[in-house]
Amino acid sequence: MGLTNQSTGTGALKEMFEVQLESPDDIIIALAGNPNTGKSTVFNSLTGLNQHTGNWPGKTVTNAQGKYTYEDKKYILVDLPGTYSLLASSVEEQVARDFILFGNPHATVVVLDATCLERNLNLALQILEITDKVVVCVNLLDEARRKKINVDLKKLSKHLGVPVIGTSARNGKGLDDLKEAVRKVAQGEINSEPVKIKYNHQLKKTIQEIELEMKRIVGNKLNYEWAALRLVDGDDMLLESMNDYLKFDLRKDELLQNKLSDAQIIFKETNIDINDLRDYIVSDIVKTAETISSQVVTYENKMYNQLDRKIDSYLTSRTFGIPIMLGLLGIIFWLTIEGSNIPSALLANGLFWIEDHLTALFIWIGAPDWVHGILVLGMYRTLAWVVSVMLPPMAIFFPLFTLLEDLGYLPRVAFNLDHFFKKACAHGKQALTMCMGFGCNAAGVVACRIIDSPRERLIATITNNFVPCNGRFPTLIALSTIFIAGAAGGFSSVIATLAVLGTIVLGIVITLFISKLLSKTLLKGLPSSFTLELPPYRKPQVGRIIIHSIFDRTLFVLGRAAAVAAPAGLVIWLMANIIIGDASILTHCALFLDPFAKLIGLDGYILMAFILGLPANEIVIPILIMGYMSKGALLELGSLNQMKQLFVNNGWTPLTAVCTMLFALNHWPCGTTLWTIRKETQSLKWTWLSFIVPTVTGIVVCFIVAQGARLIGIV
Amino acid sequence: MNINLIPLHELPIGHSGKVKKLTANGCCRRRLLDLGIIIDTTIKPLKESPAGDPISYAIRGAVIALRQEESCKILVESL
Repeated sequence: MGLTNQSTGTGALKEMFEVQLESPDDIIIALAGNPNTGKSTVFNSLTGLNQHTGNWPGKTVTNAQGKYTYEDKKYILVDLPGTYSLLASSVEEQVARDFILFGNPHATVVVLDATCLERNLNLALQILEITDKVVVCVNLLDEARRKKINVDLKKLSKHLGVPVIGTSARNGKGLDDLKEAVRKVAQGEINSEPVKIKYNHQLKKTIQEIELEMKRIVGNKLNYEWAALRLVDGDDMLLESMNDYLKFDLRKDELLQNKLSDAQIIFKETNIDINDLRDYIVSDIVKTAETISSQVVTYENKMYNQLDRKIDSYLTSRTFGIPIMLGLLGIIFWLTIEGSNIPSALLANGLFWIEDHLTALFIWIGAPDWVHGILVLGMYRTLAWVVSVMLPPMAIFFPLFTLLEDLGYLPRVAFNLDHFFKKACAHGKQALTMCMGFGCNAAGVVACRIIDSPRERLIATITNNFVPCNGRFPTLIALSTIFIAGAAGGFSSVIATLAVLGTIVLGIVITLFISKLLSKTLLKGLPSSFTLELPPYRKPQVGRIIIHSIFDRTLFVLGRAAAVAAPAGLVIWLMANIIIGDASILTHCALFLDPFAKLIGLDGYILMAFILGLPANEIVIPILIMGYMSKGALLELGSLNQMKQLFVNNGWTPLTAVCTMLFALNHWPCGTTLWTIRKETQSLKWTWLSFIVPTVTGIVVCFIVAQGARLIGIV
Repeated sequence: MNINLIPLHELPIGHSGKVKKLTANGCCRRRLLDLGIIIDTTIKPLKESPAGDPISYAIRGAVIALRQEESCKILVESL
């Protein structure tokens, strides 16, 4: 199926690292580090940007460049993908390495996790091999202190030969020192002498002559010793990048090629194969890291991670792991549903009070009816609905979900569910990208980059839409509250919670089923290798989470919904008010769709709301309300009860609600997500497939449910 | 091959082992190496996931979950 790097995002990834300088004086800083070291927090704290951060590996998805000013100079900070190494040749590692090597950063900041220094040093040492303009930032010092882990920063700096700064980026501690060290390194005020890795003697001797050839070719543009080692190791990706950079094909340099073949012969004679070679190289780096770490890190309490293991024993327990997971999700939904009733009603009252006054104002200034219709009844009312229905649930849901993320719970979800994903021949990290989809499917699709295998990345991309994003949660929550829970009396919010939870479990089941189906048909293959880090639990910063999730996520999603809802309101108002023949355009369209929609348990207006909701799922319900209201059934809505009345007046039954919820779960991705898929896969074909797969699934599921219910005679 | 070597996933939970041989190849081998799994690295199995696979391991101060497909390619000596 032509799964080349080209078609799966290298191009898109590289694009993001092209730095546009505003002035030649600007200083470019690369930010590198292992996943989950708080690299994004360092980035955010330095630049004041709110890039999405979370306590799980591979989180940097919206790849970011940010700026900060320090001592009258502008610094452009480039947040590289989080990687464990620069050797493993995944796309992320290639991009990170190429940027440090060829992107000409004035300095590279390597962020290390103080609580896991040894493993982190591995990457730092590899970066020190390719550039000496490095500042090492030992982050999460607060966590280390809590666990009674001491890191001797001065000693570490002596060992590494570059400045080492300790930070607790979450509290903003140490950032000024970091900026100062970056300035000094970038402006060449510090002469660093990075530690050299002592490679296996035999290996060094064999490649000596290759080093000389490389020195001749690259001069001082690159660390020629390192480049020679990489060439012997058969790093073709680096070869390509070097050729691009040097504007010279190293493969055509005969002397170099001869020396390379000589080395191959020696390796063959001494029985060293390519695996051994790689082992030597990595072992020497890892051992250096081990030695340094043993000299700079002291543990006051050897059992420092006992608490984490204890928590893990519950959260990933054989018996309780999955029930706890569902329970936690359930609690979040229940709090959201229960908590948003009153603020929703208050907001609606307030906003519609304003509408009355706007109307009065329009009458007073003598504005024509159609102006009032478009602006107030069309745009303002839709906007008011979006705000009052969506704002309270989001303002409760996001902080709670972010709390789980911040604690480090999501990797445990992946750990618990991995077995199922493996059975579906999918990648274990798909559980993580799926969780990300709960926030926003477009973000979930971008997150699929953490999956290296192109086949599994495509599966994760295509199926991401089967978990409801927060644009769809309000629809699910509202419908289950008024239709499914409505009859239950006292326990209504519990029933509503169970209904939403059930929808999500169904979404996960469908995700697994479709993943399996794809791996057996279009995307045949076996699951690839998988390693998942379970990071330490971290004390969440509640205040920060609230501010962060409200400003960053809630207002972002709301803003997007509002931006789409206002013009959509206009279009719908026009469609509802332009009469052709005996009915409005809206009615004509709805009537046209009606026969098909009825087959799958919906009606023409619902299906049209989904179609018009393509730009953003948030506006499906507002469109639906406007559609129904344009028929003159009700003039003003103030509460969920009135919404129910409106729907019932238009022929809704509980079956309609169930089918609408199912269709909300399974239909085409929103415009933004489709656009993101197109960008990530670089392929129209896969974008189409991502459109068709969930749509067909939705039609089939709704058809079965609707016809089944009618057959048994429930409705 | 030493007779005492067992694949990592057979190491009982809580019992440390020392890596003596890697039989993985290609990309998988590189990934394991990058996590610091080289000869003589001490690894301790920490916990099985609810389905029994993957299992989480303590490796050089980090907790890493490995599927059986990978862990069976790491041969260890029980300590």
